[in-house]
Amino acid sequence: MEIRRRDFLKVVAGTTAMAVSPSLSFASSPGKKRLPGAMGMLYDATLCIGCEVCMVACRKANNLSPQPTGIQKLWDNPKNLSFETYNIIKKYQNGTGKVKDNEINGFSFVKSQCMHCVDPSCVSACPASAMTKDKETGVVSYNPEACIGCRYCQVACPFNIPKFEWDSPFPEIAKCEMCSHLQAKGEIPACCSECPTGATIFGPVESLLIEAKRRQNMEPGKYYYFPANSLKSGKTNEKSASKYIPRIYGETEIGGTQVLMLSGVPFNKIGLPDLPDRSYTSISENIQHTLYRGMILPVIIFGGLTYLVAKNKNNNE
Amino acid sequence: MKKKHLTHSTFKELRGVSRRDFIKFCGVMAVGMGFPVTMGQKIAEAVTNPKKRPPVIWLHGQECTGCTETLLRPSHPSLEHLILDLISLDYHETLNAGAGHQAEAAMKKSMQENAGKYILVIEGAIPVKDGGIYCKIGNRPFVDIVKETAAKAGAIIAIGSCASWGGIQSSYPNPTGATGVPDVLKDKTVVTIPGCPPNPYNFLSTVLHFLTFSKLPALDDKNRPIFAYGNLIHENCERRPHFDAGRFAETFGDDGHRNGYCLYKLGCKGPMTHANCPSILFNEAGGGVWPVGTGHPCFGCTEKGIGFNIPLHSLADVENITPSSVIAPIKSEQGKGMSKGSAAVLAGAAGAVVGAAAVITRNLGESDNSDKGE
Amino acid sequence: MKSEKPLGGRIFTIPFTIFFIIALISLYFLGKRFVLGLGAVTNLNDGYPWGIWITYDVVVGTAFACGGYATALLIYVFNKREYHPLMKSAILTSLLGYTMSSVAVFLDVGRYWQLYNIFLPWYGNVNSVLFEVALCIAVYTFVLWFEFAPTILAKFNLEKLQAALNKIMFILIALGVLLPTMHQSSLGSLMIVAGHKLYPLWWSSFLPLLYLISAVMMGYAVVMVESSISTLRYKLPDETEILGKIAKVLALLAGIFLVLRICDIALRGHFELIFKGDLLGNIFIIENVLLIVPVCMLAIPSNRKKPRVLFLSALSMMFSGGLLRFNSYLVGFNPGNGWHYFPAAPEIIITLGIIAIEIMVYIWCIKRLPVFQKA
Repeated sequence: MEIRRRDFLKVVAGTTAMAVSPSLSFASSPGKKRLPGAMGMLYDATLCIGCEVCMVACRKANNLSPQPTGIQKLWDNPKNLSFETYNIIKKYQNGTGKVKDNEINGFSFVKSQCMHCVDPSCVSACPASAMTKDKETGVVSYNPEACIGCRYCQVACPFNIPKFEWDSPFPEIAKCEMCSHLQAKGEIPACCSECPTGATIFGPVESLLIEAKRRQNMEPGKYYYFPANSLKSGKTNEKSASKYIPRIYGETEIGGTQVLMLSGVPFNKIGLPDLPDRSYTSISENIQHTLYRGMILPVIIFGGLTYLVAKNKNNNE
Repeated sequence: MKKKHLTHSTFKELRGVSRRDFIKFCGVMAVGMGFPVTMGQKIAEAVTNPKKRPPVIWLHGQECTGCTETLLRPSHPSLEHLILDLISLDYHETLNAGAGHQAEAAMKKSMQENAGKYILVIEGAIPVKDGGIYCKIGNRPFVDIVKETAAKAGAIIAIGSCASWGGIQSSYPNPTGATGVPDVLKDKTVVTIPGCPPNPYNFLSTVLHFLTFSKLPALDDKNRPIFAYGNLIHENCERRPHFDAGRFAETFGDDGHRNGYCLYKLGCKGPMTHANCPSILFNEAGGGVWPVGTGHPCFGCTEKGIGFNIPLHSLADVENITPSSVIAPIKSEQGKGMSKGSAAVLAGAAGAVVGAAAVITRNLGESDNSDKGE
Repeated sequence: MKSEKPLGGRIFTIPFTIFFIIALISLYFLGKRFVLGLGAVTNLNDGYPWGIWITYDVVVGTAFACGGYATALLIYVFNKREYHPLMKSAILTSLLGYTMSSVAVFLDVGRYWQLYNIFLPWYGNVNSVLFEVALCIAVYTFVLWFEFAPTILAKFNLEKLQAALNKIMFILIALGVLLPTMHQSSLGSLMIVAGHKLYPLWWSSFLPLLYLISAVMMGYAVVMVESSISTLRYKLPDETEILGKIAKVLALLAGIFLVLRICDIALRGHFELIFKGDLLGNIFIIENVLLIVPVCMLAIPSNRKKPRVLFLSALSMMFSGGLLRFNSYLVGFNPGNGWHYFPAAPEIIITLGIIAIEIMVYIWCIKRLPVFQKA
């Protein structure tokens, strides 16, 4: 009886420790840090005019087929990101919807695409390493050769970005890969190179953050120069500054993203969720790593179990 | 009052204009204001009634006379038809036959005879700084002349951007204190026909509306006739499809510019400027004759605070009344909900489980009882 | 000493035929799925990429299949020899449950022909919770087959092989306890990364612990339900006494689970969400009432001798555990942006087909293999 009680306590303690310790200790480890060479985009909703040329450019650059909707299916007019749409401009409208960048009785546009998180949930979630984050540029890309089609990346993504090819017997996942194929040629992503107003610009995330902060300090109504296409393009547009929400979306959200957003309408109104600074990925990874680091804990428990089972089995037979 | 009918002889009085041409003109004017063509008859009657031929006093302030020039260009009506038959132009510094005291006397006379009936048209901005000394006519400050003339006017029309809100004179630093008519005559309704120059038909239509109905046309918040200034240039622009498709001219003379692409990136202010330029065009020369049509971005002359105020090649704020309806909303209902089939299958399965559980429970009870019985 | 014997009897009974027909219909829809893609037979979409197949067939299915794990824990770890009569049938249900879950995963993943990529070291992602779950479930399914192998070998009279297997059986049993501990808790960890998409009543960093306790509870509950049904249907020796003892353990576990659950929600400051009166609040209440009521019933010793109470309590706990999993994978999961999901009829039929095949194989096994002890 003595032994049995001691064994019992051992097992209970071991199992409980295994499940509880990471839950309690998760506050300790921070998520991943921004890569120094990370490339990203800055989308400024107050500069966006809803012309959707970025969507056309994206289609061309990535060989995507048009998605006509409605009864007549006359125009390429997707309603959401999909397997064939990596980038979409959506509109926010409130009340009379007449004033741009106004939350009340106003409207605003918003670009929806992969945010290329600093600590991406999809990369952490993917069991087969089909989602990878470039070690230099930090671009999150997809490898169909590795993918098993489990769609955990879709469950994991806080922005619902990865899309699945539902109507194919040999489906793939698809999402914005920041035109890596163009970047490899020294070009910039198609949506940035085609944007007429500089609402979407490309550049190193560090510099984009500085540019975003400069815009936050602008005096609404005054005229300023806004870089177009990319920070290095040398092209600028002159425009009156709008009133910005005093927040750069993606600076800290979910551990930071490489696509940054500015807007005149609160972000949660234009479909960008309020997210904590700590990535969900770091919470779940922390639990996994505490439990399975070097498989030490499972091996110890396995040893204990083997001993107990062997002993109890022999005792009984 | 005896109603004067339009007879052939009436038109003989109208020198050089056939009946056919005249009725056509009135019809065009009616349509321009959004009335049915048949309204042209009513307009024609109003115009041909000599008692109704409106006396017009036309004042010039700080201006370039471009507005007058543009008014003289149309062939419907021609210059002589306009000033001799359509209106009774009693005073106009550019077109007066007389000059000096003679002209001033004519104005005085008209004001007295037609008190409360004449149409006062003001062209040019009014300098108000230092007592208005920067624009004098007959040694009197223009601002005083305007106030005096306006006191007895039946209707006041400010023609051109300068008269409407100050125009180029009022640009920073505005040394003369150039001001638009509505700001000087605050207690009066001043119809503004802004534009640099304004389209003459917008002016003529407003005058004819006043003649025909004895009241002014419907005005917007800047006192512009809604029939002419109700829409953004952007909304009726012939290059709009290029905007929607994302095809833009990048620089003057590039391929996009040559192909007639949208001029937004060159600073076109069409998306924030209200006017009917793309619909009624200029110079009666056919399609494409208006700034954007000729390849130059709109610079916003009809919009206070835009033309002469914001940089020529800066990007415009797109002030659509609403964003395009085809743009996807933030939230759209997606995915399939419960269907009859799925509900039925699920209900069937659930029913089977509950049924089985019930049967088993009952039987378990029986065995329980039988155990006790034994 | 009692020993296990095949129950014998006809295979094609009326219930078996009904299951057979359901399985055939589901095979038709499965064909469609492989020719036309997942969109043709399911309502799965980019907002709800995981539907009833993952939720029921894998997450709930493996939890229902925890009977073997829970029983092994009692018998071999806590040395409660008296539960041994339940062991073989428990392993059989576990084996079938896990095998069918693996089959369901194969049907559900889009690129099934590359499924083995997970096991390739250069593709496997150690950061992924799903990697751990997949690996663990795969290995455990094999372990279960080896654990059950003696029963099959007995049918073919291969004593030598049986004896050899028996020598290493303690390792297999130890693995059989370790692996479910790992992946049943990880099934909870899977949803941690969903973050704000999961309603706060279910999202918790304690999900792995809650799922683990819940899985053990469901394992015992399934053993009780299965044993009740088999006893009734095949007129087996009465096991009410053993079941009563399990019920005591079950009530204790459920009590711990409930305290942990409520404390966790209260500490995270979401207590008021329970009584908001909306769908999610109410379904949370239902989920927990299904647990609280049996705990109260089983807390009374006299109730633990009544087969009817034992059966209904266990069933209620099974439902509660199933509901926990449905809620945290589907009902409480909201990707936002107006997405909806309700399983399509063919989707449900395929799940029913999998269940039907599972039951058919179970019936065949107990009738033809020595699983149950017969007096």
